[in-house]
Amino acid sequence: MKGAYWPLILVLLLGVGFGVVVVFFSAILGPKRPDPIKLSPYECGIDPIGDARTPFFVHYYVIALLFLIFDMEVVFTYPWAVSFRSLGLFGFIEMVVFIVVFLAIFVYVWGRGALEWE
Amino acid sequence: MLLAIVIAVIKMLILFAVLMLLVAYGTLAERKVSGHIQDRYGPLYCGPKALLQPFADGLKLFFKEDIVASRSDKFLYFLAPMIAIVPAILAIGVIPFGESVTLFGRKIPLVMTDINVAILYLLAVSSFSVYAIVFGGWSANSKYPLLGGLRSAAQFISYELILGLSIMGVLMIVGSFSLVDIVHYQRHMWMVVYQPLAFILYMIAATAELNRLPFDLPEAESELVGGYHTEYSSMKFAMFFLGEYANMVVTSAVAVCLFLGGWYSPVAFLAWIPGPIWFLIKVVVIFFFLLWVRWTYPRFRYDQLMGFSWKYLLPLSLLNIVATGGAMLFIVGGV
Repeated sequence: MKGAYWPLILVLLLGVGFGVVVVFFSAILGPKRPDPIKLSPYECGIDPIGDARTPFFVHYYVIALLFLIFDMEVVFTYPWAVSFRSLGLFGFIEMVVFIVVFLAIFVYVWGRGALEWE
Repeated sequence: MLLAIVIAVIKMLILFAVLMLLVAYGTLAERKVSGHIQDRYGPLYCGPKALLQPFADGLKLFFKEDIVASRSDKFLYFLAPMIAIVPAILAIGVIPFGESVTLFGRKIPLVMTDINVAILYLLAVSSFSVYAIVFGGWSANSKYPLLGGLRSAAQFISYELILGLSIMGVLMIVGSFSLVDIVHYQRHMWMVVYQPLAFILYMIAATAELNRLPFDLPEAESELVGGYHTEYSSMKFAMFFLGEYANMVVTSAVAVCLFLGGWYSPVAFLAWIPGPIWFLIKVVVIFFFLLWVRWTYPRFRYDQLMGFSWKYLLPLSLLNIVATGGAMLFIVGGV
């Protein structure tokens, strides 16, 4: 018989509680000597120039989109993998077809240069 | 029901204590191992053999000034260090560390709860740790943490894919998501024998997920000062490291469950040693392996890192799935 799910709530409480307690005590213990220069963003000692929230390299978004596409396919593969023994040869051929489609997308993406980092 | 809750709490506290001890002595082991690899001693003075060093470090960090960066987004800035430790603690809920024991006539399985989707739960929980890094990097409103956070997000999701695909072969052979079932399957033979490629892929992807060398681009100290935690101090800073070491312990434990036979003894004549001890020994060995790798290899360049995941590991992990399926159908025959 498989176990229940409620112990995971206990673990969640422990994890969140631990995080909150440690960060809380870290904030109240220890000295407080604020100073505008000490609290400013660190830029190797010189005065900070501009804001950090500037536009950044668009390729990060491309990677995120690719991850979404491919991870969806991985998620579809899990139930198949677990029931592989009962699906037999038919299931295997279906998965080979699925992986060929997967590879077709992959080759297309690679050919369009989405995997090249400048 | 009350008794069940008490038992679950006791098991949780034992697991948590062991996890925290492994984390504390993991930091010491890291410093000792790195010291000896670089031909120096590492920490020496805190207690016998520097065994009190982790506690000295913890106390020191609690009493350091807690800096709140002036331009930061306060909510996320405080949230990030809290999230850093949560995924590892959540994961201990499903990791089995031994066969059941009988106490006062009650049979108690040595796992907090044996849910039938343990692997999916672990993958879901482990993907939370990217939030700590991204929030930490973005909220401080400083340039180095932002770069570290961005790099980390892209790296994390790339290797997440490999991690998910690499364990597919194990799931196909065992036919269950439950970690207890997976360990039971390895009673006579370790899974690494059937799935050597999957084990290698899993270890590579896990090292990358943990942001450890040779994949530690998010905190590449020589390029990014400190990466996503540059603007943190005191225990908030240490929470990221606690999280990293706790994740290392959990990743090692999962690797042991999936590939190295869990709590089973590798040789029959040592089977009298209790399962939890075996489990601990195997976890420590994998942990040491992660330390060893860190202090041996140089860092990747970022384009190499991303290319390595997408162009080599992804096709290899797909090949592993097809090869496993083919072998189960045509060589072993009895699917």
